[in-house]
Amino acid sequence: MPSSQFWIIFKEKLERVAEIVIAIIIGFIIAGIMMWLGGYDPIAAYIAMFEYSFSLTDPYYLAMTLSFAAPVMLTAITFAVGVRAGLFNIGAEGQLYMGALGAIMVASWSLPGPLYLPLAMIIGSLMGAAWGLIAGVLKVYRGVNEVVSTIMLNWIAFWIVEYARVYVYPNPIDASKTISMPPAGRLPILIKGTELSASFIVSLVFVGIAFYLLWYMVLGYEIRATGLNPSAARYGGINPKKTMLWAFIIGGIAAGLAGVCEIAGRPPSYAITTGLSNLMGLGFDGITVSLLGANHPLGIIPASIFIGALSSGARGMQIVTNVPLEMVKAVQGIIIIALAVPGIVRLIRSKILRREVKVV
Amino acid sequence: MSELGMIIDIIEGTTFAMTPLVLAAIGEIFNERAGIVNIGLEGIMLISGFMAVVAAEATLNPFIGVLAGVATGAFIGLIHGYITAYLKGDHIISGLGINLFALGGVAFGIEAVWGVRGYHTPPDAAKVPDLPVINISPIFIAMILIVIGTHYLLYRTSIGLKVRAVGENPEAADVVGVNVERVQLLATIYGAALTGLAGAFLSIDWLTAITKELPAGRGFIALALVNFANWSPLLALGGGLLFGFFWTLGEWIKNMAAVKAVIPVTLMNTIPYIATLAVVAGLIGKSRPPRYVGRPYKRE
Repeated sequence: MPSSQFWIIFKEKLERVAEIVIAIIIGFIIAGIMMWLGGYDPIAAYIAMFEYSFSLTDPYYLAMTLSFAAPVMLTAITFAVGVRAGLFNIGAEGQLYMGALGAIMVASWSLPGPLYLPLAMIIGSLMGAAWGLIAGVLKVYRGVNEVVSTIMLNWIAFWIVEYARVYVYPNPIDASKTISMPPAGRLPILIKGTELSASFIVSLVFVGIAFYLLWYMVLGYEIRATGLNPSAARYGGINPKKTMLWAFIIGGIAAGLAGVCEIAGRPPSYAITTGLSNLMGLGFDGITVSLLGANHPLGIIPASIFIGALSSGARGMQIVTNVPLEMVKAVQGIIIIALAVPGIVRLIRSKILRREVKVV
Repeated sequence: MSELGMIIDIIEGTTFAMTPLVLAAIGEIFNERAGIVNIGLEGIMLISGFMAVVAAEATLNPFIGVLAGVATGAFIGLIHGYITAYLKGDHIISGLGINLFALGGVAFGIEAVWGVRGYHTPPDAAKVPDLPVINISPIFIAMILIVIGTHYLLYRTSIGLKVRAVGENPEAADVVGVNVERVQLLATIYGAALTGLAGAFLSIDWLTAITKELPAGRGFIALALVNFANWSPLLALGGGLLFGFFWTLGEWIKNMAAVKAVIPVTLMNTIPYIATLAVVAGLIGKSRPPRYVGRPYKRE
């Protein structure tokens, strides 16, 4: 009966959502204990975090939340497309650095104003794609595990971009950053006085394209088939090597674009800052977003807003209660560890049931 | 500097650089032989390094610091092992979580404990002293003994036989009465404890500092080393020598005056990572992982 089938699927999805919510709660509880051990007030910290991310009285904080959601939405696509193809592409971090470098490279040229933005986007995403493709080629033709290669490439990208920041594109006025994207090449600000720029819209559009590609195009079908069962896919006439390479390329484009958007759409600096401090961690945050969003483009959108809220709220937590910003990264790590446990809902339910049986 | 002095410098540097790589790789080889993949080595090194500094500084006893590092590693191994062996969780996702947690947790911890952002140096009394006469760490000697001991354990004892059986064919091991989950859990704890020792070595011995970039990719280089060594402890020692040599050579070249004038240090920092990629890329088809590695074992 179709209606009962619908009910089963609905219950499954509901259980999945409950699983994610439980993982998030576990993350907050353990992080709360850590804060308490560190001599901070976790309750005050969480209240500050909420006020600085979802405050209804001041749209500034909500705008900040969305602005932080934009880049991690894209780097989540990098991880999600990889997972769909059966790959653990954890190289969004380095690919994003390369994308940002591409944008700065374009910013250094003297061009007619309207050319800056499209050129930055093209070159930045191509550089991200090229960086991802290195891991892809190593995986497909040399059998190198992508977990190892992407982390090595992250470090190589870090030092190359750091080199470029100091020696190739230094800011003549301010040594703490590179030259900035000229005003003609910047993405418009959506809400005045905040950091929310059109990069949020760019990210949403890209997620939409990724969704269409994965579920309505042949390549997407091939990617998903390869991820589910590479030998069956090969038997069905799909070339898994080719689809894996495409998964790295698409992921690299997404992460590279995130890097471009951070340069063209993040006031006030519109540049790369010392030690890549304004880019660091955006690639790894994408992993959390993707896992929270069940590696599905449509799940990634709300998940990215959640992680954006954590990033925005972390500032409030630091201002009000002095809790170091990095606390939210620890929360994310615990959430992911909890998500690794399959069927956490069923597990809790069976534990409760067992106890009830004992009581009886 | 005389040429002999230079050679001694590079040899001594290599003994330091290879120690954390080999320790973590040996540990990972052991748990992968039992079928459990732990890509959280980087995170375990970082958290253990942090705990080692905290303990060594509180007691002004580096030995306690090393123990704290090992215990921290073992504890994380317990969590990862429980999730993967007993709860049949995803090995890679749990490992990723460990790495991400470490980045945030340690950055938070440094600020919570010492009130500084990002960097702390322990006092001299908390540092593991070098051996007399030669500039070599006692942990290097311990590492050599651990390699030999683990090799013996894996190939010459019934424990090792169980570990290898579980990684190759858990069903068969199960049938003959081996407790698959318990073997996997204990192997993961042992592996993570060795990685914890590597973390303590980084923070209170070799580098004598704690930052959130302490392992600098070494956990993942150790993973590459596992592959390079074809899951054999003795080969991991040889591979560690090679990787450690590259790392030392890179450090040495980038600080040469003649090189520094032409190529900035920032760019030369890429050498160990490029060398790692080049080495593992040259290996195709020569290594074979344990047959059942990374897959949750579910009884029919």
